[in-house]
Amino acid sequence: MTAPASSEPIASADAPIAAPAKPTVWRKLFRSPSVVIGLAIVLVMMFIGLIAPLIATSDPSAINPGARNRVPMATSTMRLDDGTRVTVTHYMGTDTLGRDVFSRVVYGARVSIFIGVAVALLSVSIGLVVGMIAGYIRWLDGIIMRIMDGLMAIPAILLAIAVVSLSRAGIVSVIIAIVVPEVPRVVRLVRSVVLSVREEPYVEAAVVSGTPTVKLVVRHILPNTVAPLIVQGTFICASAILVEAILSFLGIGIPPDIPTWGNIMAEGRQLFRIFPHNILYPGIFLALTVLAVNMLGDGLRDTLDPKMEKRG
Amino acid sequence: MKSVKLSRRTVMAGAAAAGALASSTGASAQGSANVLRVVMHSDLRIIDPIWTTAYIVRNYGYMIYDTLFALDAKGEVQPQMVDKYTVSDDKLTYTFTLRDGLMWHDNQPVTSADIIPSIRRWAARDPLGQTVMGFIGSMEAKDAKTFEIKLKEATGLLIFALGKPSSNVPFMMPKRVAETDPNTQITEFIGSGPFVFMRDEWKPGDRAVYTKFAGYKPRSEPASGLAGGKVAKVDRVEWRVITDQQQAVNALQAGEIDLIEAPSHDLLPLLKADRNIKLFNWNVLGNQYTMRFNHTTAPFNNPKIRQAVLYALNQEDFLKATIGDPEYYKVCKAMFVCGSPLETMAGMEDKLESNFAKARQLLQEAGYNREPVVLLHSTDLQVLTNLAPVAKSLLERAGFVVDMQSMDWQTVVARRVKRDPPTQGGWSAMLTSWVAADILNPVMAGFFNASGDRAAFGWPTDPEIETLRARFARANTAAEQKQIAEAIQRRVSEAPTHVHLGQWYSPGAHRGNISGWLEAPAPVFWNMEKGRGA
Amino acid sequence: MISYILRRLAATVPVLFTVAVMVFLMLRLTPGDPAAIIAGDNATTQQILDIRTKLGLEQPILQQFFIWLGGLMRGDLGESFFFRKTVFELISERIEPTLSLAFLTIVLAVAVAIPLGVLAAYRQGTWIDRVVMGFSVIGFSVPVFVIGYLLVYIFAIQLGWFPVQGYQRIGNGLGPWFRSLVLPAVTLSVIYIALIARMTRTSVLEVLSEDYIRTARAKGQTEMKVLFQHALKNAAVPIVTVVGIGVALLIGGVVVTESVYSIPGLGRLTVDAVLARDFPVIQAIILAFSFVYVMINLLVDLSYTIFDPRIRY
Repeated sequence: MTAPASSEPIASADAPIAAPAKPTVWRKLFRSPSVVIGLAIVLVMMFIGLIAPLIATSDPSAINPGARNRVPMATSTMRLDDGTRVTVTHYMGTDTLGRDVFSRVVYGARVSIFIGVAVALLSVSIGLVVGMIAGYIRWLDGIIMRIMDGLMAIPAILLAIAVVSLSRAGIVSVIIAIVVPEVPRVVRLVRSVVLSVREEPYVEAAVVSGTPTVKLVVRHILPNTVAPLIVQGTFICASAILVEAILSFLGIGIPPDIPTWGNIMAEGRQLFRIFPHNILYPGIFLALTVLAVNMLGDGLRDTLDPKMEKRG
Repeated sequence: MKSVKLSRRTVMAGAAAAGALASSTGASAQGSANVLRVVMHSDLRIIDPIWTTAYIVRNYGYMIYDTLFALDAKGEVQPQMVDKYTVSDDKLTYTFTLRDGLMWHDNQPVTSADIIPSIRRWAARDPLGQTVMGFIGSMEAKDAKTFEIKLKEATGLLIFALGKPSSNVPFMMPKRVAETDPNTQITEFIGSGPFVFMRDEWKPGDRAVYTKFAGYKPRSEPASGLAGGKVAKVDRVEWRVITDQQQAVNALQAGEIDLIEAPSHDLLPLLKADRNIKLFNWNVLGNQYTMRFNHTTAPFNNPKIRQAVLYALNQEDFLKATIGDPEYYKVCKAMFVCGSPLETMAGMEDKLESNFAKARQLLQEAGYNREPVVLLHSTDLQVLTNLAPVAKSLLERAGFVVDMQSMDWQTVVARRVKRDPPTQGGWSAMLTSWVAADILNPVMAGFFNASGDRAAFGWPTDPEIETLRARFARANTAAEQKQIAEAIQRRVSEAPTHVHLGQWYSPGAHRGNISGWLEAPAPVFWNMEKGRGA
Repeated sequence: MISYILRRLAATVPVLFTVAVMVFLMLRLTPGDPAAIIAGDNATTQQILDIRTKLGLEQPILQQFFIWLGGLMRGDLGESFFFRKTVFELISERIEPTLSLAFLTIVLAVAVAIPLGVLAAYRQGTWIDRVVMGFSVIGFSVPVFVIGYLLVYIFAIQLGWFPVQGYQRIGNGLGPWFRSLVLPAVTLSVIYIALIARMTRTSVLEVLSEDYIRTARAKGQTEMKVLFQHALKNAAVPIVTVVGIGVALLIGGVVVTESVYSIPGLGRLTVDAVLARDFPVIQAIILAFSFVYVMINLLVDLSYTIFDPRIRY
């Protein structure tokens, strides 16, 4: 990629050559069914996560070895330290430690969505800054892109294992572990948009007419990255929720005392054939959320992309 | 079928391939007559059973090596490579004679000159070996088949040690191999056991392959435990690696493999329901869950606080959470295992009952300062995963502050040998499991070693226990041994070195046409037959 | 063109060097100790120290790095800490299954995803489009291991069409080889089909609105020709890019898929080596993967010249 800028390929079709979005898009956004449905589901999931303490039937980490692997709707009785007995109905059954799967799933909404959003925001903002620098400052471009190539060349899962084992397994290390391999992809995207926009006649004209760099970036470059980054961001958000599950599958995810949809499924996978509920219910929540995030992203893109608008 | 180099099978494979895409005949084509396809509990990576204590390597050792003595099904030590032996009246001189016809896999005869360096190399690594070596004055080959061991002081442990059933097993190796530095792995894989290791077909992470050794002369007695005639009845044994437990069960049900050494307990109902599959509890003594303390740092450098743990925990919760089915676990307060000669309840009567009131009282008396217990939680080994959360829950109910840190097992293994303070990468407690055959007495069971820096990770220092262990090694009668074992258990119940959390059993599963699996502390593949049919 | 390729090849050296340094440091900083793992349960602190010395882990990090680098220059990847085998031997044993799986997966993904994507774009807004996009979204939403278990349950256990697990070497015949890889390849391809179909649809839609397509249509060219000759060719650059990026993702997917199906490939070797902290193996595999990845990137960039004549090197 040491070739001159004019020979740079346009790396993504999601990188439209567009003027900044107009305020009217907000109204249009809410006319798009995918945006409305996607947003609705995401909001419902977030709401479930928010009110988890109110709807959970028991402490999601409370173990009860005497009531393990119960089928959905089974009940169990637990004796508390003060001698009282409580009977709990397990809407989604229990896992191998006798923890209530329903309570874990609703609490899991908090962590899983948080991870998705945090990873997306972090990757996009880090990638945006680095990508801009790479695309704009020529002499740094080579160095940055070599490092990005190096980072990207390391298998993401392995990079994640290394990052997680560098520090104690937990939410922060898992987020970092997922962000690190995502950043180079965003950088490449942003950089290619910057490079292609720079070749546009109106930008070249602006450069020739002596527009300050900052103004150029804010007025012309930045707006052009918004649409592709939203699409990329939704993909990252959705995949982060999945990667978290894969890390759990490999035994290096968030420790099971903090329930996430991923680690509930990963823990339940050994009993897939006998007690499918441990994987089924968190799976449904996870798939629905990822689906909603993707629909939201699709809708946003269709609305923000003027070319689509023309066809619509 | 995979790597068998018989042209007939290759032809069959080709023929099957033609119509294989939509048929299920592939499985039966794979079930080639005299090949045993086995899934073991882990992958074979290291192939020096003296250098490592890993159970998979011990199992490998039993395939290709032979032992001087061996434990039979009744738990008694019987001669194996040894034909007969005599003990002098002062119990200080042992004279052994080897059996006729013992051969190494390179068809050279086994001689006394091979035996002595083999014993030395084992005794340099094994804790029980080290103890016994302290009693040995000299070892000498009298002739090709006779050797003599002279003791400095009498001990009842020599024959037991030479027949030690589990890691490290004193396997006999050729002289040139046995003379390898004990801290270096051996590079030649020749034994005198019933199977030959196929070095070229060994692919770590995929398979290890053994073939029958034509030159092996089994004893005439019927096989019993690890003793008796080791008759290889299959031509070939393939250890295949299937890391996913559920997939191993699926493969067994589909007939792609013949046997699983230790299927996950939660999957046993699937296997029980399958008429083509049989379960077999080969390791009758079972295993014991154990919680180990780090004695060098707060809070567990205080014996009273360790004893509080002994009061706070109960075995049933751990066993239920990991094993589940009561058929496969046993609450047992005897440290040296229920069903063994040293089984005793001494000192344990009121403990391991989750008496939180008593635990809180002890904590108060000990002046527990709410130092966090850094509890290592391994997340990738099915049989251990659920232990730490149960420990955390019980300890918290007793008033402990618990900081449970989750990691893969390999990290636990690396972490537990670190002596840093718990806040700087050290630890306070961790959970593991022992094969019962390894902890039958206080000398062989590593966690009772309380010699500080020279002890295993956790590093307990307790002169009283050490004195008792030394006395045990000198004890000559079973009654005396039992009495000392009781004293040790009493001492450990007051100042615990570790907490035993119950016994559990791990049945193997095999297809219906497999027979002859022996009850023994290790899974062995001699005497096993493969019949016709799926 | 040739000088460009040479320059790019030369540029791979610093990338691989960066990877080597990063990986080496990362491994030496992780808390795992291979010596403790090798030594096993009964080992004393002294025994572990002996093993560390034997493995050369007690030397200063910089010295370890240069010893390794020196070996690398001579083509010596070192010996595994665990297996009594050289790293080269281990990797060459494992490369066939992984290449086979990756090859079948990419072929399957491209063969299925591109027609689906084009179709969806062409029939934008119809039920076909919605089904394709629906599948694509679902493909993104289900973890690989769940897809694997589902496929095994249905096609191996219930129907008995394919083996549950395992890999048949290609030397044992094409039939068994293919049969053993069908389920893993389908499992692994789901997310790539989703990814590529989505990108194809987007790109083709973009192109379909261009003036020259309208011109082609106006000239009365058949829809097939418009779609596959004009639209797809012009949409190819982003599609090829995604296929290229997909290879990096593929390596991650391979790890999980090989675990589910017990395929003795590089993915499994990677996980095993990382969990056991088998440093020489990890370093070599990562370098190998990086090399492959860089080469694929180069091929992707070169392919732009074929698809987009405006791009010249």
